[in-house]
Amino acid sequence: MADKRSEKTFDQGMAELEAIVARLESGELPLEDALAAFETGIGLVRTLHQRLADAEARVEVLTRTAEGALQLQPLEREPGKE
Amino acid sequence: MQLPLAMQTLASPLTVSQLNQRVREALEVGLGDCWVVGELSNFRAPPSGHFYFSLKDAHSQIAAVMFRSANQLLPFRPEDGMEVTVRGRVSVYEVRGNLQLYVDSMEPRGLGSLQLALDQLKKKLAAEGLFADARKRPLPFLPRTVGIVTALRGAAIHDMLVVLRARCPGVRVIVRPVRVQGKEAAPDIVAALSELNTVRVVDVVIVGRGGGSLEDLWAFNDERVARAIVASRVPVVSAVGHEIDFTVADLVADRRAPTPTAAAAMVVPERRELVSWLDETAHALRTAVLRRIHGEREHLAAQARHLRDPRQVLRVLQQRVDELGERALRAATASTRQARQQLRGAAERLNALSPLAVLQRGYSIARRVDDATVVRDAATLATGDALRLVFASGTARVRVEEPGAS
Repeated sequence: MADKRSEKTFDQGMAELEAIVARLESGELPLEDALAAFETGIGLVRTLHQRLADAEARVEVLTRTAEGALQLQPLEREPGKE
Repeated sequence: MQLPLAMQTLASPLTVSQLNQRVREALEVGLGDCWVVGELSNFRAPPSGHFYFSLKDAHSQIAAVMFRSANQLLPFRPEDGMEVTVRGRVSVYEVRGNLQLYVDSMEPRGLGSLQLALDQLKKKLAAEGLFADARKRPLPFLPRTVGIVTALRGAAIHDMLVVLRARCPGVRVIVRPVRVQGKEAAPDIVAALSELNTVRVVDVVIVGRGGGSLEDLWAFNDERVARAIVASRVPVVSAVGHEIDFTVADLVADRRAPTPTAAAAMVVPERRELVSWLDETAHALRTAVLRRIHGEREHLAAQARHLRDPRQVLRVLQQRVDELGERALRAATASTRQARQQLRGAAERLNALSPLAVLQRGYSIARRVDDATVVRDAATLATGDALRLVFASGTARVRVEEPGAS
Protein backbone atom coordinates (compact mmCIF):
# COMPACT_ATOMS: atom_id res chain seq x y z
CA MET A 1 0.00 0.00 0.00
CA ALA A 2 2.26 2.76 -1.25
CA ASP A 3 0.34 6.01 -0.95
CA LYS A 4 2.00 9.39 -1.16
CA ARG A 5 2.09 9.97 2.55
CA SER A 6 3.82 6.75 3.37
CA GLU A 7 6.75 7.99 1.29
CA LYS A 8 7.38 10.40 4.11
CA THR A 9 7.68 8.48 7.34
CA PHE A 10 5.69 9.46 10.39
CA ASP A 11 8.72 10.73 12.27
CA GLN A 12 9.83 12.75 9.25
CA GLY A 13 6.39 14.39 9.37
CA MET A 14 6.86 15.10 13.07
CA ALA A 15 10.24 16.70 12.46
CA GLU A 16 8.79 18.88 9.70
CA LEU A 17 5.98 20.00 12.02
CA GLU A 18 8.43 20.96 14.75
CA ALA A 19 10.38 23.05 12.27
CA ILE A 20 7.22 24.84 11.11
CA VAL A 21 6.19 25.63 14.70
CA ALA A 22 9.67 26.97 15.44
CA ARG A 23 9.62 29.25 12.40
CA LEU A 24 6.13 30.53 13.25
CA GLU A 25 7.03 31.16 16.89
CA SER A 26 10.17 33.04 15.95
CA GLY A 27 7.97 35.85 14.66
CA GLU A 28 10.46 36.50 11.91
CA LEU A 29 8.31 35.36 9.03
CA PRO A 30 6.64 37.92 6.82
CA LEU A 31 2.85 37.74 7.33
CA GLU A 32 2.14 35.89 4.09
CA ASP A 33 4.79 33.26 4.78
CA ALA A 34 3.45 32.86 8.32
CA LEU A 35 -0.04 32.17 7.01
CA ALA A 36 1.32 29.70 4.44
CA ALA A 37 3.39 27.92 7.08
CA PHE A 38 0.32 27.68 9.30
CA GLU A 39 -1.67 26.10 6.50
CA THR A 40 1.04 23.58 5.69
CA GLY A 41 1.40 22.74 9.38
CA ILE A 42 -2.28 22.17 10.00
CA GLY A 43 -2.50 20.05 6.87
CA LEU A 44 0.38 17.93 8.09
CA VAL A 45 -1.27 17.50 11.51
CA ARG A 46 -4.41 16.22 9.78
CA THR A 47 -2.40 13.81 7.63
CA LEU A 48 -0.54 12.38 10.61
CA HIS A 49 -3.76 12.07 12.62
CA GLN A 50 -5.21 10.11 9.73
CA ARG A 51 -2.20 7.83 9.64
CA LEU A 52 -2.72 7.02 13.31
CA ALA A 53 -6.42 6.46 12.85
CA ASP A 54 -5.87 3.93 10.08
CA ALA A 55 -6.73 0.76 11.91
CA GLU A 56 -5.52 -2.25 10.03
CA ALA A 57 -5.47 -4.03 13.35
CA ARG A 58 -5.45 -7.69 12.50
CA VAL A 59 -3.27 -10.59 13.53
CA GLU A 60 -2.50 -13.18 10.89
CA VAL A 61 -0.50 -16.37 10.67
CA LEU A 62 1.84 -17.07 7.76
CA THR A 63 1.65 -20.68 6.64
CA ARG A 64 2.13 -22.80 3.54
CA THR A 65 -0.65 -24.40 1.58
CA ALA A 66 -0.56 -28.05 0.66
CA GLU A 67 0.96 -26.99 -2.67
CA GLY A 68 3.70 -25.16 -0.83
CA ALA A 69 2.55 -21.59 -1.50
CA LEU A 70 2.65 -18.97 1.23
CA GLN A 71 -0.68 -17.83 2.62
CA LEU A 72 -2.00 -15.57 5.35
CA GLN A 73 -4.75 -16.69 7.65
CA PRO A 74 -6.36 -14.80 10.50
CA LEU A 75 -5.27 -16.00 13.90
CA GLU A 76 -7.99 -18.37 14.96
CA ARG A 77 -7.92 -17.92 18.63
CA GLU A 78 -5.87 -15.92 21.00
CA PRO A 79 -2.77 -17.99 21.83
CA GLY A 80 -3.16 -18.71 25.51
CA LYS A 81 -0.47 -18.48 28.08
CA GLU A 82 0.72 -21.88 29.22
CA MET B 1 44.00 -71.11 21.20
CA GLN B 2 47.28 -69.42 20.49
CA LEU B 3 50.49 -70.14 22.25
CA PRO B 4 51.58 -67.32 24.57
CA LEU B 5 54.22 -65.09 22.99
CA ALA B 6 56.83 -66.39 25.28
CA MET B 7 56.49 -69.81 23.76
CA GLN B 8 57.60 -68.63 20.31
CA THR B 9 61.08 -69.79 19.61
CA LEU B 10 63.83 -69.07 17.19
CA ALA B 11 62.50 -72.09 15.45
CA SER B 12 58.98 -70.85 14.85
CA PRO B 13 58.96 -67.07 15.10
CA LEU B 14 55.93 -64.84 14.55
CA THR B 15 55.63 -62.74 11.50
CA VAL B 16 55.48 -59.01 12.09
CA SER B 17 51.82 -59.00 11.16
CA GLN B 18 51.16 -61.74 13.63
CA LEU B 19 53.07 -59.85 16.30
CA ASN B 20 51.19 -56.65 15.71
CA GLN B 21 47.94 -58.48 15.69
CA ARG B 22 48.81 -60.12 19.00
CA VAL B 23 49.75 -56.77 20.49
CA ARG B 24 46.47 -55.27 19.35
CA GLU B 25 44.46 -58.08 20.81
CA ALA B 26 46.37 -57.90 24.05
CA LEU B 27 45.73 -54.20 24.35
CA GLU B 28 42.07 -54.37 23.44
CA VAL B 29 41.35 -57.11 25.84
CA GLY B 30 43.56 -55.79 28.57
CA LEU B 31 42.62 -52.16 28.43
CA GLY B 32 39.43 -51.67 26.43
CA ASP B 33 37.75 -48.29 26.72
CA CYS B 34 39.26 -45.65 28.90
CA TRP B 35 39.00 -41.95 29.59
CA VAL B 36 42.20 -39.99 29.08
CA VAL B 37 42.94 -36.33 29.75
CA GLY B 38 45.64 -34.44 27.92
CA GLU B 39 46.54 -31.55 25.69
CA LEU B 40 45.84 -31.56 21.98
CA SER B 41 48.78 -31.04 19.70
CA ASN B 42 49.65 -31.54 16.10
CA PHE B 43 45.95 -31.48 15.19
CA ARG B 44 45.15 -32.18 11.54
CA ALA B 45 41.77 -32.46 9.81
CA PRO B 46 42.36 -33.62 6.23
CA PRO B 47 39.57 -33.69 3.60
CA SER B 48 38.64 -37.22 4.62
CA GLY B 49 36.99 -35.66 7.66
CA HIS B 50 38.96 -37.73 10.17
CA PHE B 51 40.85 -35.98 12.95
CA TYR B 52 44.49 -36.92 13.60
CA PHE B 53 46.30 -35.52 16.60
CA SER B 54 48.49 -36.25 19.56
CA LEU B 55 47.37 -36.22 23.13
CA LYS B 56 50.13 -35.33 25.55
CA ASP B 57 51.03 -34.36 29.05
CA ALA B 58 54.29 -33.09 30.54
CA HIS B 59 56.17 -36.35 30.00
CA SER B 60 54.45 -38.49 27.41
CA GLN B 61 52.31 -38.45 24.37
CA ILE B 62 50.25 -40.81 22.29
CA ALA B 63 49.02 -40.62 18.72
CA ALA B 64 45.26 -40.46 18.35
CA VAL B 65 42.57 -40.54 15.69
CA MET B 66 38.89 -39.54 15.83
CA PHE B 67 37.06 -40.80 12.80
CA ARG B 68 34.53 -38.66 11.00
CA SER B 69 31.60 -40.73 12.21
CA ALA B 70 32.51 -39.78 15.76
CA ASN B 71 33.80 -36.24 15.27
CA GLN B 72 30.91 -34.84 13.23
CA LEU B 73 28.82 -34.73 16.38
CA LEU B 74 31.32 -32.43 18.07
CA PRO B 75 29.78 -28.98 18.51
CA PHE B 76 33.15 -27.34 18.90
CA ARG B 77 36.33 -27.28 16.84
CA PRO B 78 39.37 -28.87 18.48
CA GLU B 79 42.51 -26.76 18.46
CA ASP B 80 46.13 -27.28 19.41
CA GLY B 81 46.71 -26.39 23.01
CA MET B 82 43.18 -27.27 24.13
CA GLU B 83 42.91 -29.45 27.22
CA VAL B 84 40.44 -32.23 26.58
CA THR B 85 39.14 -35.41 28.09
CA VAL B 86 38.62 -38.17 25.54
CA ARG B 87 37.04 -41.54 25.68
CA GLY B 88 38.72 -44.10 23.50
CA ARG B 89 40.28 -47.45 22.96
CA VAL B 90 44.01 -47.97 22.87
CA SER B 91 45.18 -50.15 20.09
CA VAL B 92 47.87 -50.73 17.53
CA TYR B 93 47.66 -49.59 13.96
CA GLU B 94 48.83 -52.90 12.73
CA VAL B 95 50.16 -51.71 9.40
CA ARG B 96 52.75 -49.49 10.99
CA GLY B 97 52.96 -50.96 14.45
CA ASN B 98 51.93 -47.60 15.94
CA LEU B 99 50.26 -47.25 19.25
CA GLN B 100 47.08 -45.29 18.69
CA LEU B 101 44.19 -44.03 20.73
CA TYR B 102 40.92 -44.42 18.82
CA VAL B 103 38.76 -41.61 20.19
CA ASP B 104 35.00 -41.72 20.01
CA SER B 105 34.13 -38.84 22.34
CA MET B 106 35.84 -35.59 23.32
CA GLU B 107 34.97 -33.03 25.96
CA PRO B 108 36.87 -29.80 26.61
CA ARG B 109 38.28 -29.47 30.10
CA GLY B 110 36.86 -26.57 32.07
CA LEU B 111 34.11 -25.40 29.75
CA GLY B 112 31.29 -27.54 28.53
CA SER B 113 31.59 -28.37 24.84
CA LEU B 114 28.47 -26.34 24.02
CA GLN B 115 29.88 -23.30 25.75
CA LEU B 116 33.20 -23.70 23.99
CA ALA B 117 31.46 -24.04 20.64
CA LEU B 118 29.50 -20.90 21.38
CA ASP B 119 32.63 -18.94 22.27
CA GLN B 120 34.28 -20.06 19.07
CA LEU B 121 31.28 -19.03 16.99
CA LYS B 122 31.06 -15.62 18.65
CA LYS B 123 34.75 -15.00 17.94
CA LYS B 124 34.30 -16.03 14.34
CA LEU B 125 31.26 -13.84 13.69
CA ALA B 126 32.78 -10.91 15.54
CA ALA B 127 35.86 -11.19 13.34
CA GLU B 128 33.55 -10.91 10.31
CA GLY B 129 32.22 -7.66 11.73
CA LEU B 130 28.70 -9.00 12.19
CA PHE B 131 28.39 -7.64 15.73
CA ALA B 132 29.47 -4.13 14.76
CA ASP B 133 27.08 -1.28 15.62
CA ALA B 134 27.76 0.28 12.24
CA ARG B 135 25.87 -2.41 10.37
CA LYS B 136 22.80 -2.27 12.58
CA ARG B 137 19.80 -0.59 11.04
CA PRO B 138 17.39 1.74 12.84
CA LEU B 139 13.89 0.46 13.48
CA PRO B 140 11.03 2.19 11.66
CA PHE B 141 9.33 4.70 13.95
CA LEU B 142 5.76 3.67 13.17
CA PRO B 143 5.67 0.31 11.36
CA ARG B 144 2.57 -0.66 9.43
CA THR B 145 3.16 -4.38 9.91
CA VAL B 146 5.17 -6.25 12.53
CA GLY B 147 6.39 -9.77 11.75
CA ILE B 148 6.91 -12.19 14.62
CA VAL B 149 8.92 -15.43 14.55
CA THR B 150 8.12 -17.48 17.62
CA ALA B 151 6.16 -20.44 18.87
CA LEU B 152 2.44 -20.18 18.34
CA ARG B 153 1.79 -21.43 21.85
CA GLY B 154 3.31 -19.97 24.92
CA ALA B 155 3.69 -16.81 26.97
CA ALA B 156 5.96 -15.07 24.46
CA ILE B 157 3.44 -14.66 21.61
CA HIS B 158 0.60 -13.87 24.00
CA ASP B 159 2.56 -11.15 25.80
CA MET B 160 3.77 -9.60 22.57
CA LEU B 161 0.27 -9.36 21.11
CA VAL B 162 -1.06 -7.79 24.31
CA VAL B 163 1.65 -5.12 24.33
CA LEU B 164 1.34 -4.37 20.62
CA ARG B 165 -2.41 -3.96 20.81
CA ALA B 166 -2.19 -1.74 23.93
CA ARG B 167 0.47 0.59 22.56
CA CYS B 168 -0.53 0.82 18.94
CA PRO B 169 -3.99 -0.58 18.23
CA GLY B 170 -3.77 0.04 14.49
CA VAL B 171 -0.70 -2.05 13.80
CA ARG B 172 -0.97 -5.20 11.75
CA VAL B 173 0.79 -8.36 12.94
CA ILE B 174 1.89 -11.39 10.95
CA VAL B 175 3.07 -14.39 12.95
CA ARG B 176 5.19 -17.07 11.35
CA PRO B 177 5.16 -19.90 13.89
CA VAL B 178 8.35 -21.88 14.47
CA ARG B 179 9.80 -24.52 16.72
CA VAL B 180 11.95 -22.68 19.21
CA GLN B 181 14.04 -25.56 20.50
CA GLY B 182 15.28 -28.91 19.33
CA LYS B 183 17.12 -29.98 16.23
CA GLU B 184 14.51 -28.65 13.78
CA ALA B 185 14.36 -25.21 15.37
CA ALA B 186 17.31 -23.56 13.64
CA PRO B 187 16.31 -24.45 10.05
CA ASP B 188 12.71 -23.53 10.85
CA ILE B 189 13.73 -20.07 12.11
CA VAL B 190 15.91 -19.57 9.02
CA ALA B 191 12.93 -20.40 6.78
CA ALA B 192 10.63 -18.13 8.80
CA LEU B 193 12.93 -15.14 8.40
CA SER B 194 13.20 -15.75 4.69
CA GLU B 195 9.42 -16.03 4.25
CA LEU B 196 8.62 -12.87 6.23
CA ASN B 197 11.12 -10.99 4.10
CA THR B 198 9.06 -11.87 1.02
CA VAL B 199 5.90 -10.30 2.50
CA ARG B 200 6.51 -6.75 1.38
CA VAL B 201 4.41 -4.90 3.95
CA VAL B 202 6.43 -6.23 6.89
CA ASP B 203 8.49 -3.31 8.27
CA VAL B 204 10.16 -4.99 11.23
CA VAL B 205 10.54 -8.53 12.60
CA ILE B 206 10.76 -9.83 16.16
CA VAL B 207 12.51 -13.19 16.61
CA GLY B 208 12.28 -14.70 20.05
CA ARG B 209 11.08 -16.99 22.73
CA GLY B 210 10.73 -17.13 26.49
CA GLY B 211 13.56 -18.06 28.84
CA GLY B 212 15.26 -21.44 29.13
CA SER B 213 18.52 -23.29 29.63
CA LEU B 214 21.50 -23.03 27.31
CA GLU B 215 20.34 -26.17 25.55
CA ASP B 216 16.79 -24.80 25.19
CA LEU B 217 18.06 -21.59 23.62
CA TRP B 218 20.58 -23.41 21.45
CA ALA B 219 18.81 -22.67 18.18
CA PHE B 220 19.35 -18.93 18.82
CA ASN B 221 23.09 -19.59 19.03
CA ASP B 222 23.08 -21.45 15.74
CA GLU B 223 25.29 -20.01 13.03
CA ARG B 224 22.60 -20.49 10.36
CA VAL B 225 20.11 -18.42 12.36
CA ALA B 226 22.71 -15.69 12.86
CA ARG B 227 23.39 -15.50 9.13
CA ALA B 228 19.68 -15.46 8.33
CA ILE B 229 19.24 -12.45 10.64
CA VAL B 230 22.16 -10.71 8.95
CA ALA B 231 20.65 -11.45 5.53
CA SER B 232 17.23 -10.08 6.47
CA ARG B 233 16.26 -7.03 4.43
CA VAL B 234 13.88 -6.03 7.21
CA PRO B 235 15.33 -4.89 10.56
CA VAL B 236 15.28 -7.64 13.20
CA VAL B 237 14.79 -7.38 16.94
CA SER B 238 15.93 -10.43 18.88
CA ALA B 239 13.89 -11.24 21.97
CA VAL B 240 15.34 -14.28 23.64
CA GLY B 241 14.38 -14.41 27.30
CA HIS B 242 17.53 -15.20 29.21
CA GLU B 243 19.16 -14.48 32.50
CA ILE B 244 22.84 -14.76 31.84
CA ASP B 245 24.38 -14.08 28.50
CA PHE B 246 23.49 -12.77 25.07
CA THR B 247 22.79 -15.34 22.39
CA VAL B 248 24.40 -15.03 18.99
CA ALA B 249 21.02 -13.93 17.60
CA ASP B 250 21.02 -11.08 20.13
CA LEU B 251 24.47 -10.01 19.01
CA VAL B 252 23.79 -9.90 15.26
CA ALA B 253 20.26 -8.47 15.46
CA ASP B 254 19.64 -4.79 14.77
CA ARG B 255 18.30 -4.37 18.31
CA ARG B 256 18.09 -6.79 21.19
CA ALA B 257 15.40 -6.91 23.83
CA PRO B 258 15.72 -8.70 27.16
CA THR B 259 12.23 -10.19 26.83
CA PRO B 260 9.56 -10.61 24.17
CA THR B 261 7.42 -8.00 25.98
CA ALA B 262 10.27 -5.48 25.81
CA ALA B 263 10.68 -6.24 22.10
CA ALA B 264 7.01 -5.45 21.41
CA ALA B 265 7.40 -2.13 23.28
CA MET B 266 10.48 -1.37 21.22
CA VAL B 267 8.95 -1.79 17.79
CA VAL B 268 5.85 0.42 18.12
CA PRO B 269 5.40 3.85 19.72
CA GLU B 270 2.62 4.67 22.17
CA ARG B 271 -0.19 5.88 19.94
CA ARG B 272 -1.80 7.93 22.72
CA GLU B 273 1.38 9.96 23.12
CA LEU B 274 1.52 10.69 19.41
CA VAL B 275 -2.11 11.85 19.40
CA SER B 276 -1.43 14.18 22.35
CA TRP B 277 1.64 15.54 20.63
CA LEU B 278 -0.32 16.23 17.46
CA ASP B 279 -3.04 18.06 19.41
CA GLU B 280 -0.46 20.16 21.24
CA THR B 281 1.29 20.96 17.99
CA ALA B 282 -1.96 22.06 16.34
CA HIS B 283 -2.58 24.30 19.34
CA ALA B 284 0.92 25.73 19.12
CA LEU B 285 0.45 26.46 15.42
CA ARG B 286 -2.82 28.29 16.06
CA THR B 287 -1.40 30.28 18.95
CA ALA B 288 1.67 31.29 17.00
CA VAL B 289 -0.21 32.39 13.90
CA LEU B 290 -2.79 34.33 15.94
CA ARG B 291 0.01 36.07 17.81
CA ARG B 292 1.58 36.97 14.51
CA ILE B 293 -1.67 38.35 13.13
CA HIS B 294 -2.34 40.27 16.32
CA GLY B 295 1.15 41.69 16.19
CA GLU B 296 0.54 42.81 12.64
CA ARG B 297 -2.66 44.60 13.69
CA GLU B 298 -0.88 46.34 16.54
CA HIS B 299 1.81 47.49 14.18
CA LEU B 300 -0.75 48.94 11.78
CA ALA B 301 -2.61 50.68 14.63
CA ALA B 302 0.59 52.25 15.83
CA GLN B 303 1.35 53.54 12.36
CA ALA B 304 -2.20 54.93 12.13
CA ARG B 305 -1.70 56.87 15.34
CA HIS B 306 1.16 58.75 13.72
CA LEU B 307 -1.33 60.26 11.22
CA ARG B 308 -3.07 63.21 13.01
CA ASP B 309 -6.72 64.20 13.17
CA PRO B 310 -7.13 67.66 11.33
CA ARG B 311 -8.54 69.41 14.43
CA GLN B 312 -5.68 68.06 16.41
CA VAL B 313 -3.30 69.44 13.80
CA LEU B 314 -4.88 72.85 14.06
CA ARG B 315 -4.63 72.86 17.83
CA VAL B 316 -1.02 71.91 17.63
CA LEU B 317 -0.30 74.66 15.16
CA GLN B 318 -2.02 77.26 17.31
CA GLN B 319 -0.04 76.18 20.26
CA ARG B 320 3.13 76.58 18.28
CA VAL B 321 2.17 80.05 17.20
CA ASP B 322 1.50 81.08 20.79
CA GLU B 323 4.80 79.75 21.85
CA LEU B 324 6.62 81.58 19.11
CA GLY B 325 4.84 84.84 20.03
CA GLU B 326 5.93 84.63 23.61
CA ARG B 327 9.46 83.92 22.64
CA ALA B 328 9.49 86.89 20.30
CA LEU B 329 8.16 89.17 23.02
CA ARG B 330 10.69 87.96 25.52
CA ALA B 331 13.38 88.43 22.96
CA ALA B 332 12.26 91.96 22.19
CA THR B 333 12.08 92.95 25.86
CA ALA B 334 15.36 91.48 26.48
CA SER B 335 17.03 93.40 23.67
CA THR B 336 15.61 96.81 24.80
CA ARG B 337 16.96 96.33 28.27
CA GLN B 338 20.22 95.35 26.79
CA ALA B 339 20.31 98.50 24.61
CA ARG B 340 19.62 100.77 27.54
CA GLN B 341 22.33 99.12 29.51
CA GLN B 342 24.72 99.62 26.69
CA LEU B 343 23.71 103.23 26.37
CA ARG B 344 24.19 103.87 30.04
CA GLY B 345 27.52 102.21 29.89
CA ALA B 346 28.59 104.30 26.94
CA ALA B 347 27.34 107.47 28.61
CA GLU B 348 29.33 106.76 31.70
CA ARG B 349 32.47 106.03 29.77
CA LEU B 350 31.91 109.17 27.74
CA ASN B 351 31.43 111.19 30.88
CA ALA B 352 34.63 109.91 32.34
CA LEU B 353 36.47 111.03 29.22
CA SER B 354 34.94 114.57 28.98
CA PRO B 355 37.30 117.55 29.57
CA LEU B 356 34.92 119.00 32.09
CA ALA B 357 35.22 115.91 34.23
CA VAL B 358 39.00 116.09 33.92
CA LEU B 359 39.00 119.80 34.96
CA GLN B 360 36.74 119.01 37.84
CA ARG B 361 39.28 116.51 39.05
CA GLY B 362 41.75 119.40 39.43
CA TYR B 363 43.57 119.43 36.16
CA SER B 364 43.91 122.74 34.15
CA ILE B 365 44.46 123.29 30.47
CA ALA B 366 47.34 125.62 29.48
CA ARG B 367 47.08 127.46 26.16
CA ARG B 368 49.53 129.91 24.52
CA VAL B 369 48.10 133.39 24.33
CA ASP B 370 49.62 134.13 20.92
CA ASP B 371 48.32 131.09 18.94
CA ALA B 372 45.91 129.48 21.44
CA THR B 373 47.58 126.04 21.08
CA VAL B 374 47.46 123.74 24.03
CA VAL B 375 50.72 123.22 25.84
CA ARG B 376 51.64 119.60 26.39
CA ASP B 377 55.41 119.75 26.61
CA ALA B 378 57.20 122.01 29.09
CA ALA B 379 60.25 121.97 26.87
CA THR B 380 58.49 124.12 24.29
CA LEU B 381 58.15 126.95 26.82
CA ALA B 382 60.53 129.89 27.18
CA THR B 383 60.79 132.26 30.11
CA GLY B 384 58.40 135.14 29.75
CA ASP B 385 55.85 133.26 27.53
CA ALA B 386 52.29 134.35 28.16
CA LEU B 387 49.81 131.50 28.85
CA ARG B 388 46.13 131.41 29.61
CA LEU B 389 45.12 128.69 32.18
CA VAL B 390 41.62 127.23 32.01
CA PHE B 391 40.17 125.84 35.24
CA ALA B 392 36.89 124.01 35.92
CA SER B 393 35.65 127.42 36.85
CA GLY B 394 37.24 130.55 35.35
CA THR B 395 40.60 131.26 33.65
CA ALA B 396 43.85 133.13 34.46
CA ARG B 397 46.61 134.86 32.36
CA VAL B 398 50.08 133.83 33.59
CA ARG B 399 53.76 134.36 32.59
CA VAL B 400 56.30 131.43 32.57
CA GLU B 401 59.10 131.99 35.11
CA GLU B 402 61.13 128.83 34.78
CA PRO B 403 60.27 126.19 32.08
CA GLY B 404 61.37 122.55 32.46
CA ALA B 405 61.48 122.51 36.17
CA SER B 406 60.01 119.26 37.61
